[in-house]
Formats: sequence, C-alpha cells, structure tokens
Amino acid sequence: MLKQIEGSKAVAEAIGLCRPEVICAYPISPQTHIVEALGEMVKSGELTPCEFINVESEFAAMSVAIGASAAGARAYTATASQGLLFMAEAVYNASGLGLPIVMTVANRAIGAPINIWNDHSDSLSQRDSGWMQLFAETNQEAVDLHIQAFRLAEELSMPIMVCMDGFILTHAFERVDIPSQQQVDAYLPPFEPRQVLDPAEPVSIGAMVGPEAFMEVRYLAHAKQMQALELIPQLAAEFKERFNRDSGGLVRTYCIEDAETVIIAMGSVLGTIKDTVDEMRAEGHKIGVLGIISYRPFPLEQVRRALLSCRRFLVLEKSLAVGMGGIVATDVRMAVTGAGLKGYTAIAGLGGRPILKSSLHALFRRAQAEALPPVTFLDLDWDVVNKQLARERTTRRSGPVAENILYDKGIVSAKFG
Amino acid sequence: MGFQPVKFYQTGTFTVGNRLLTPDERSLQSDKGRSNSINSGHRACQGCGEALGARYAIDAAVAGSHGQLIAANATGCLEVFSTPYPESSWQLPWIHSLFGNAAAVATGIAAAMKVKGKTSVRVVAQGGDGGTTDIGFGCLSGMFERNDDVLYICYDNQGYMNTGVQRSSATPPAARTATTMTVGKEPGNVFGQGKNVPEIAMAHGIPYVATATVADLRDLEYKVRKAMTVHGARYIHIFVPCPLGWGTASNDTIRMARLAKESGTFPVFEAEYGEVTGVLKIRHQIPVEDYLRPQKRFAHLFGEHPHPETIARLQLLADRNIRKYGLLNGHAAAADEANEHLRELRISEGGN
Amino acid sequence: MFQIRVHGRGGQGVVTAAEMLSVAAFEEGRHAQAFPSFGSERTGAPVVAFCRISDKEIRSREPVIEPDAVIIQDATLLHQIDIFAGLKPEGFVLLNSQRSLQELGLADLLKGRRPERFCTLPATELGLKHIGRPIPNVPLIAGFAALSGTIRLESVILAINEKFKGKVAKGNIAAAEEAYLLVGQMIQEAAKC
Repeated sequence: MLKQIEGSKAVAEAIGLCRPEVICAYPISPQTHIVEALGEMVKSGELTPCEFINVESEFAAMSVAIGASAAGARAYTATASQGLLFMAEAVYNASGLGLPIVMTVANRAIGAPINIWNDHSDSLSQRDSGWMQLFAETNQEAVDLHIQAFRLAEELSMPIMVCMDGFILTHAFERVDIPSQQQVDAYLPPFEPRQVLDPAEPVSIGAMVGPEAFMEVRYLAHAKQMQALELIPQLAAEFKERFNRDSGGLVRTYCIEDAETVIIAMGSVLGTIKDTVDEMRAEGHKIGVLGIISYRPFPLEQVRRALLSCRRFLVLEKSLAVGMGGIVATDVRMAVTGAGLKGYTAIAGLGGRPILKSSLHALFRRAQAEALPPVTFLDLDWDVVNKQLARERTTRRSGPVAENILYDKGIVSAKFG
Repeated sequence: MGFQPVKFYQTGTFTVGNRLLTPDERSLQSDKGRSNSINSGHRACQGCGEALGARYAIDAAVAGSHGQLIAANATGCLEVFSTPYPESSWQLPWIHSLFGNAAAVATGIAAAMKVKGKTSVRVVAQGGDGGTTDIGFGCLSGMFERNDDVLYICYDNQGYMNTGVQRSSATPPAARTATTMTVGKEPGNVFGQGKNVPEIAMAHGIPYVATATVADLRDLEYKVRKAMTVHGARYIHIFVPCPLGWGTASNDTIRMARLAKESGTFPVFEAEYGEVTGVLKIRHQIPVEDYLRPQKRFAHLFGEHPHPETIARLQLLADRNIRKYGLLNGHAAAADEANEHLRELRISEGGN
Repeated sequence: MFQIRVHGRGGQGVVTAAEMLSVAAFEEGRHAQAFPSFGSERTGAPVVAFCRISDKEIRSREPVIEPDAVIIQDATLLHQIDIFAGLKPEGFVLLNSQRSLQELGLADLLKGRRPERFCTLPATELGLKHIGRPIPNVPLIAGFAALSGTIRLESVILAINEKFKGKVAKGNIAAAEEAYLLVGQMIQEAAKC
C-alpha cells in the first residue's frame, strides 16, 4: 500500500510485518522513532506475539537479543552511533555465536565532539564484527532490505545490520509502498534456528575455544559471508518476483555503460549524486554511478566488473579512516587491483555536513580532469582548520579543539544550509 | 548405565546427607535422583567452592523447575572450568555470551519462552562476584528493575580468581589480592569500599533475595527451591570460598564458609520485596580472627608484625552485621528453621 | 520541482507543517519529500524543515538552498537568521503575523518582486480561535495553498484528517478554511495595487 510516511515509521511497519518475537529498545537519536512505533504496535496488540523490552543500555539491548535469538525467537533491535559502540562487545558476540539478529543502524557520527547528525562512522566501525551490512538508498529500500535481511540472516544463521542514513532517511517523509502481511509471510518463513536452548535437547552454547579450533570457527564466519555474496542477489531477485520492485542486491549501477568516470557511494547520498550526474550527462560528460548496497560482505567481483571499463573512479564516503583516508575506498581499490585505474577518495558529509549538488558538480569535474589529490575533504573550511593549526603551533595551552573551531565559526545556530 | 553409590558420613547436623533424617527431609544432593546438572570431569580446582555452590544451586533449580531450566552464564571460572571445548559439564541447556551480560541474556531467553508460550521453562543466570557486582552490574540492575522472570545466582568468592586473583568490589577489606598487595601503610584491600549487592537487590523491591553459603546445604537448597516457586526477578548470593585465591586448604572450603557465617562476617538471610523475612542465626559465635587466621590472604595481619587493629576493624564490621540482621539471640536452631521451611516447601510442591 | 522551506521554533509544529504539505501533495498523486533540519529537541530553538513537491521521483537529499517558497511561523526569527536566503526571484513568502510586511519594515523585500506572492497571516490567532492552541502550522499551510496554488485546500484537509482525529481535526479544518479564504482575499487585493 502506497503511503506518504516517515522513514522510521515505514521501517517499523516493515519490521512488524516480519513478525519479530523479541524487540529490545533503548533510545538514541536518530533511531528512536522506529522503536517507539514498534513499542506502540506491541502494546496495542497489533503486533503479537511479541515481547517489547525497554532495556537499560545498548549493551543490554544486544545481550537480550542474543538470549532471545539463542532461545529460538526472532530478535530485533535498533541503534546508532554511541549506542552501537556501547554494544560493540555484544555485537561481536552475536556474530561469533552465529545468531541471526536483525538490527537497524540509523547511521550517525561518533563523538567526540558529540554530534547527532548523519555519517557512516558508526556501522563502519563494526566492519570486522562479522555482521553483514546492507545500506539503503531510499526509505523504500530500507523497508525492503529489512524484509530481505530477516530471510538472509536466518538462512545463514548470521546477524545483519540494515543501515539507513540517520535523519536524512529516518526522519524524511516520502512515498513508500508498504507490502501486505500475506506478501511478507509468503517471502519470509517462520524462524527455524540452527541451534536453540531447549530443555528437551540440552546444548551448551558459547564454550571457550582454544588455538586448536578458533581459526576454523572464524573461517566459517568468513565462509558464511562468502555464501551471502551468492544469496543476496538471489533473495533480491525473489523479492522482485513477489513484490515487483528492484531492491537490495550487492551493487547498483547507474549510467556506467560508457562512463569514463564512475562515482561510488553508499546510502541516501546516491540520490543527490544521480541528480548531479544527470545534469552533467546533459552537458555531455561521460559519468556514471556505482552504489554499494552490501558493504559486508563486500562484493569485490561485482565492483571490479562495474569499474573495469571506466578510466577513473571517485569514492565519495561519509566516513574517515583517521590517519589513512577512506574506508570504503580501500575496499574499492582492493577490488580493482592491477586494473590500472585512477582512483580518488572524497570524504564528505561527516557529522551531517550537507552534501550539496553544487559541491558535487565541482568535485566531479575535478575528478574528470584528474585534478584531485588522492584524498579530498569536501567543503572543508580550511580557514578555521589553518587557524587552529596556527594556534597549536604558537600556544602550548591551545585549549579544546572543537570549542576553538566553534568560536572561529561564529554562531552556527543561525545557519541552516 | 552404571550406578555409583555415594557415601555420606554423619559428622554433624549440617553435613551432606543427614542420613539420620527421614527421606523427605534429606537434601537433594543426597538423593541419587538428583539431576547432576554439572557433571563430573570439569576442570575446577580441588576444593572449589564455586563448583560446589553451582552444583547445589543448579540441581535444586532443575528440581524446582521439574527439569525445565535454561542457564545463562557470565564469563569467569565457572564458565571456563565447566566447558573446556569440546566438552561440557552442563546437563541442561546452557549459554555463555559475555562477562557483563548474563542477566540480560537471561532476560532475552525468558522473553523468548514467554512469547513462545513455554511457560513451564524457567531461566537462571549465574556469574561470579566480578560478573555480578562489577562488570555485569548494569544488566543485573536492569533485569531487577524490569522484574524479569529470571533467577540470578552470584557465586561470591570475593575476587577475580579466573584472571589470577585481583580485587573486585566484593573483596573484603585488608584482603591480599594481586591488585591490593600487602605493602604500604594499609596493606591489602582498603576499608570503606565495596558494595553489598544483596541489599542493592532488595532496594529494587524484587520478590525474593537471599544469601547462602556452601556450608549450609539444606538452607541453600531451600532458598533456591523457594526462589523457583516465585516468578519475577530473584537474586541469590552464595558465599563460595576459593582455596586458590584465599590461600586456604582445599579440604577447608566448607569450614571457611561456615566460619564466615558463624563469625558474622557473611550474614545469611532472605528477603521478600525488600524486607528481611528470615535470618540463619549464628549457632556458635566465633571471633572474626578465627575466620581470618587460616587464610593466606590475611596472613599479613598475623605473623611477625601483626595488625591487631585491622583485625579489630574487621570484627567491628562483623558486629555490625550481627546487630543489623539480628544474627544472635535467637535460640531457635537455624537448621531446624531451614528444615521446617523445606518441609513446607515440599508440601506446597505437592510432595515432590 | 517546487521547494519549500519552513522556519519556526521548536514546539510550533514546523516539522509537522512540512510533513503535512508532503502528505497533501501525495494525496494529489505527486511525489513529495519532507524532512527537518535536524537538531536536538528543544522547545523554542530555531527549527527549519523542508518540503519538495514534484511529478517525478525525488532523489536529491540536499537541504533546500533555493526555495520556491518560504513559510515563516515565527516573526521573531526575522532578526535572527537570514530567512530569505536563496529565495528565487519569483518565490512566495508567507509570514505568521498580525501586521503587514510594510508594518514589519520588510517593504524592501518586495522591491522587484511580485507583491501578490508576499503575504502575512495571523496564523497564531487562527490557531487559538479554532483549535484553542497557539499553533500556527495548519493555518499557514492552508494559507500557502491559497498563496501558491501548489496544492489544493481539499488536499490539506485530507492531510489534516490523516494527522488528527475528532474535535482537533475539526478545529484544524476550520482554521485551514479561514486561512485559505483570508490569504485568497489578500492576494486579490495585492494584485490590484
């Protein structure tokens, strides 16, 4: 059913259709609207049988999900930013135990300095946690990816994060087609756990594993993700059959057939990039887009294939490997090893810095002219950066960095661009 | 299946077996039909109080749940010695997730049982004092506050023994650990720190809180079985001496637990909804010194340069417990009380 | 694509206004996207929300930089931030005030622009009158419908019925209808002079 609906609400409705049995909720912006809506659905009896548990921390949220999943229940939670870091130990544990928990990450920056706005630092910090990570471009895709995620997680018995840009998607009202319960039931069978805590058949889960077996257990986690590379396109194809929509998959290309320059990105910024690319194409530029939906597992082969016929690529990412540069860019470069392509990285949109079409135009033109340094920081205010660097050169007690920058920037509340 | 006869020797009123009692008054451990939830062959140290306490408690919980029990375990000695991969001592469904989340994992299991309508399946969470009073405290308090249907059992051996005997918030003042060395002006752990988790549990107003020691088997069993008759959050704090960490003889584990109780150092009581409803009285009061002296972790208080003033301070703490919980004065024998409770309980359980 | 920027303060229903605009456009079978300029939830703080309306799928996620219309829910913001930044030459402005633009000292703003596209509306008073609360958002979006013709009053009423129920919905509809009429009259007068 077509609805004009807030992204969080749409995702909550999709989760409800997936019949989760245990939902753990802890408030953190910008995922709060999702669990609030689910809480209401459970309390009103609309979503039943389901246990909605208000936990005392994200660490507990993931721990409760671990217990519920190990006991055979379909478990769901949502988090963002500091919350994801606070639960990090349990995040690794859930995947280590092979528990198919689905978690929405409403992507948000990580402090300090504290910042509630969107970037991808949070889920990318859990890159190696063993969780799969799928990135939604639109709220429609966020809805669809959640439905596919339960299926994928449970078939592989591995957990998944569905990542959607905080505020930009979670708080955006847009048109979303919410499937019917019958459609979702036909796509997503009830949860059949591979391991379950059951007094009728007692098992021990979570034993200590020494050097003699640990590598094999870790390898199998990797093997599962390699299986996911096969399964994700299959599930997307089956999804299309049933729901009549292209959603999910490993990567999505746009105008790359004859493209000399390909822009690579994840999440909602792909929309702004596509609009920019349309405008540049109208002016005769041979430029295209590669969207990465599955960040983990990383589709090396599909990325390589998409890029082989271009001359250069630019990875625009909302994350920063401090001391190195790009995070997604590293994986992309790995994918095109030996292909002789020019590759650039643009760090953009950190902490919710708006990514403007005007800035993208300028950036993409410089990429086309091969006039970019290896790593670019889009719309960075070099004046305040240099001022602070000078301050640190001349004064020992130069004070807190963030507060100095705010002082140099002036009143920020008066700006809205 | 082979049957190994278990021999019990009558050495006093409180020891295992009580073969002078009528069969229905005997402890579960003396019943060959007990569940043996932690099978033999685990890797605990000789004389491990925690292994003993866990065996007593989980067997009683299994009986109280008619065999329908799932356990969540915090990281620690109990977890490590019971599941050396690929072997497991556990004869019930058991999960270990992390050091600090046993209570939350148990909450998740209980939620799954509820949502699946498996109302007969009960859930127990267990951990050592580190996993309970320190790193798992947030999850524990959350579980209490939500009154989740979980029995949490803490096996308190007063320190981080698994990692090599470091101080926890359950380590007593003056005790030597690897992080409270016996050097400086105030050797050993400092006074005025630590937390009393049974009382904090009571402050949550949960249906049932109790303390017990491995020296009083039937009292321990009674408390676990009573806890299993109640729904909601429950907490049992079991005092389990650690021969390795305390520097005591491995055949002295039960004696050390008894001395802790008889000196007033460890008060044994139970509470419902935040109110103390029963205490196990001291039968033969002993000075705290008698409890401290056999332990190498307190050796610096004795010997060539003794610290009688420190022993006196520890005595004051015990005296405060005795006053606070009314551990003296009563002439009713505590064992008789426990016996009486157990009899009532069995009647209420339908003569099981 | 028609792009709207709504300015106001936390507690005035700024985000709701943008959302309801998008719902009204959706009811007309069009694509619409509404989103706030996110901040911590504090009553009284300046808040901005955006709405895009188009006949095609809306892909861009950048904030509205060059609005076709600006709706201002709180006149006290005029002296605090550059509310008209990027406003297109043909753009619309709807301001919540009992006073006219001239009385507010904004006559300069009208230079070189079409006067019938600038309007003030006593939206807070309409809110008080019909809903019993000083919430100006619904009268303003109904006024915006009259001012710009981008959406129909009936669509605004549909959006109201989706958002509110019973007495509150009724009051909001009454407020919307009066606002729509008032703005209609004002732009007619403005077009004359």
